[in-house]
Amino acid sequence: MSRLVLLLGVALAVLAPAAAAEGDASLTEIEKQVMCPVCGTLLQLAESPQAQRERAFINRLIDEGHSEEEVKDALVAEYGDEVLALPPGSGFSLSAYVVPIIAFLIAAAALAIGVLRWRRGGSGGTGAPPSAGPTGEDADRLDADLARYDL
Amino acid sequence: MSARSLIAVLGVLAVVGLLVFGLASKGGSRLQVGDTVPTAPLPQLEGGGSESLADYKGEWVLVNFWASWCLPCRAEAPALEEFQHQHSKSGFTVVGIDTQDLSDDARAFVERFGLSYPQLRDADGDIADEYGTTGVPENFLVDPTGKVRLVAAGPVDEEYLQKEVAPLLPGGRS
Repeated sequence: MSRLVLLLGVALAVLAPAAAAEGDASLTEIEKQVMCPVCGTLLQLAESPQAQRERAFINRLIDEGHSEEEVKDALVAEYGDEVLALPPGSGFSLSAYVVPIIAFLIAAAALAIGVLRWRRGGSGGTGAPPSAGPTGEDADRLDADLARYDL
Repeated sequence: MSARSLIAVLGVLAVVGLLVFGLASKGGSRLQVGDTVPTAPLPQLEGGGSESLADYKGEWVLVNFWASWCLPCRAEAPALEEFQHQHSKSGFTVVGIDTQDLSDDARAFVERFGLSYPQLRDADGDIADEYGTTGVPENFLVDPTGKVRLVAAGPVDEEYLQKEVAPLLPGGRS
């Protein structure tokens, strides 16, 4: 019996927050994900009358029991895709996610090629071998200079 | 041209292209007198249909960009309705374009001011951008050929409508 109660407790602890997260929408969370289109800023940062109307609209939908996704869909229906702080991952908006990744890969490849070439150039042995030191007249002058500082 | 130079040139072109695209997508300058107005269809505020300014070809149209949250729009709405009432039988209409607004708020605005002229919705502000508006309200008088004849960047009142718009309309005083 006690084992059953324990199992039920664990199941509630795991499932309850997940169910809550799926069904509950909060203004605070949605404000971070949508724009005030007229203000051009995140709704979270906007204090204009337009932003207040948008908040009232969101609150009304939350009070009616709509989920976060449903509220965001309703906002898109009212203001268009631009109301979303992050563009949708489809159509032309997908480029907002793909282009930075491609640019990063190109930059990484260019860097790797550059480093390889640099390393190959440094150890290829095509240049003159390192000098063993001054010779002839230079060697005599170096010896004289060193002797002058010899204590 | 070596491969390395080609890559560098392509990279520079890509960056310049992105900058140009960014600037272009911010919208151009405001439509001027003589410009042809955009005719993309827009959803009607009431009902599920859509309308385009092309549907009004042959009529004089005062395109009025507005939003329910805009205080000057509230001030000019009665003057627009009165002007519509006076001239709607002489080949003229006001067409309201509600931009970047909540549809319920917009409908409440129309009801509050008893506006009888057609109302369209520009939810994302794209059409307002095509007109080059910088805010609301803004008004564009469009002639029967679809060209802009007057631009008022800001609210209009009865005096402006009678002095500037009325004389251009059929049978108008000049």
